[in-house]
Amino acid sequence: MASYLKFPKVSNWAWKVWMRDWKVFMKTYKVNFILPFLEPILYLLALGFGLGGFVGPIDGIPYAVFLAPGLISISIMNSAFFECTYGSYVRMYYQKTFDAIIATPLNLDEVIAGEIFWGATRSLINASFMLIVVIAFGLVSLPMALIIIPFSFIAGLLFSALAMCFTAISPNINALNYPIFLLITPMFLFSGTFFPISALPQPIQYASFATLPLVHVVEISRALTLSRWSGFLPLNLIWIIIVSFLLFVISINLMKRRLIA
Amino acid sequence: MPTVVSAENLMKKYGDIVAVDGINFSVEQGECFGFLGPNGAGKTTTIKMIQCVSPKTSGKLEVLGMDVDLYPKEIKRNLGVVPQENNLDPDFTVYENLMVYSRYFSIPKNEAKERIEKLLKFMQLEEKRDAIIERLSGGMKRRLILARALLNEPKRLILDEPTVGLDPQARHLIWDRIRSLKKEGVTTILTTHYMEEASQLCDRLVIMDYGKILVEGRPEDLVREQIGTSILETKANPEVLSCLQKMKQEFEIVGDTIHIFTDSPSDLMFNLMGQCRLSQTTVRPATLEDVFLKLTGRALRE
Repeated sequence: MASYLKFPKVSNWAWKVWMRDWKVFMKTYKVNFILPFLEPILYLLALGFGLGGFVGPIDGIPYAVFLAPGLISISIMNSAFFECTYGSYVRMYYQKTFDAIIATPLNLDEVIAGEIFWGATRSLINASFMLIVVIAFGLVSLPMALIIIPFSFIAGLLFSALAMCFTAISPNINALNYPIFLLITPMFLFSGTFFPISALPQPIQYASFATLPLVHVVEISRALTLSRWSGFLPLNLIWIIIVSFLLFVISINLMKRRLIA
Repeated sequence: MPTVVSAENLMKKYGDIVAVDGINFSVEQGECFGFLGPNGAGKTTTIKMIQCVSPKTSGKLEVLGMDVDLYPKEIKRNLGVVPQENNLDPDFTVYENLMVYSRYFSIPKNEAKERIEKLLKFMQLEEKRDAIIERLSGGMKRRLILARALLNEPKRLILDEPTVGLDPQARHLIWDRIRSLKKEGVTTILTTHYMEEASQLCDRLVIMDYGKILVEGRPEDLVREQIGTSILETKANPEVLSCLQKMKQEFEIVGDTIHIFTDSPSDLMFNLMGQCRLSQTTVRPATLEDVFLKLTGRALRE
């Protein structure tokens, strides 16, 4: 077990890997920028305003306003998680991009770190676009909601590091469906995204707080969009930072075991 | 002459499997050094340890006088690598592949642009600069990979099966480029399955099998020591076999052919023709392939 916690050798060269992914992203920027605009609009129309018409206010807040930070959090999770599962798996296994890079002065630790930072950047990009949409619909309180932009990078690190662990242990690309159905889908539904977590039985609430990363992200995002503070927020943030760091270290060691044993 | 790579008792294990089993070798500056062997002999594993990608299990391995475990960044900065598998970046064009790769070596942008122009020309890829990787032929991909390996202007080049799967034209172009690099003083380490490639390019080579080095030497010396100058081939039938045995003549049976190694083929031929009734007999010069098959056997390796 201790071997999975070995501290990685990462220098600022990791940004060269980030830069590679950024260049590829910018080659098809039109497609990449349209989707994050479209998705929240569809969700807001269907759930916020459609379903929301049948749902009363939650804690005195209109449903669309309650839903908006949930949607942003889901987008943070999905963009980082998909980038560092399917995206990274394709680069690692099919394109052999990692092999090509580690033949240069960069090491594997830096390659994986660069990929994880890139995954978090995708979260930042998508969350920022969603923010523009919800601001346009008048669903968030400004300027506090703008803090979501830097926060989405930190939260993105959590999901990209988590994703990288699964990428490192998946025997093939189809096996990535397991964490998506068994972890991402339940989180999507039960993390206080579509209804308050307090609606769940108490033991499940505790279990969610202890184990579901998205719960903490939703808590902080909602506090930011509503400008409503609670004493638990620092704990949520500390949870995210500690778990991200651990997963970051573990994912790099798992990748080393897979690729250069 | 300074030593570029030196290995002492170098060992690599994957779990219980010994991939490289305590080998010793050294590569001197300016030479072309070859690793030959069947699949699974440990060639690529050895190469990967030299390029600081795969950590060694035990033994000593120094590249440019530096320990591979301690100075991977410095060593890799000074190496050019052509990997066995094509790992060009399919998300980029030919030119972009080189540009992105130059950044991994921290080559300043203007300098990189100049080098890329030179390399595209050297590898005859100028017209393909904006092509996407998918559209390139096998030979063009290999040339681009060689161009990519030269971006950091290395004085030492590692080539892992550089011409695998290429047509003769493409192969000869690559060989020609490797030779001209050698003339400029570039040290080359090569693995290959193609005996002709090894005889054409290598000053010195080792033949490996099951993780060990079987022989080391200059290609022509190995042929002379292991086989002789020539091989007499003749059709095998019981009559000829018993005749050869009676004459105490050493031979090898390959399928339905008898191989006899010799330094004086005409004497041998004259002698045997007098005693045994040989049919379909030819004499040909011995090659590295004969050495290879003699040492590693003819059984298929999967």
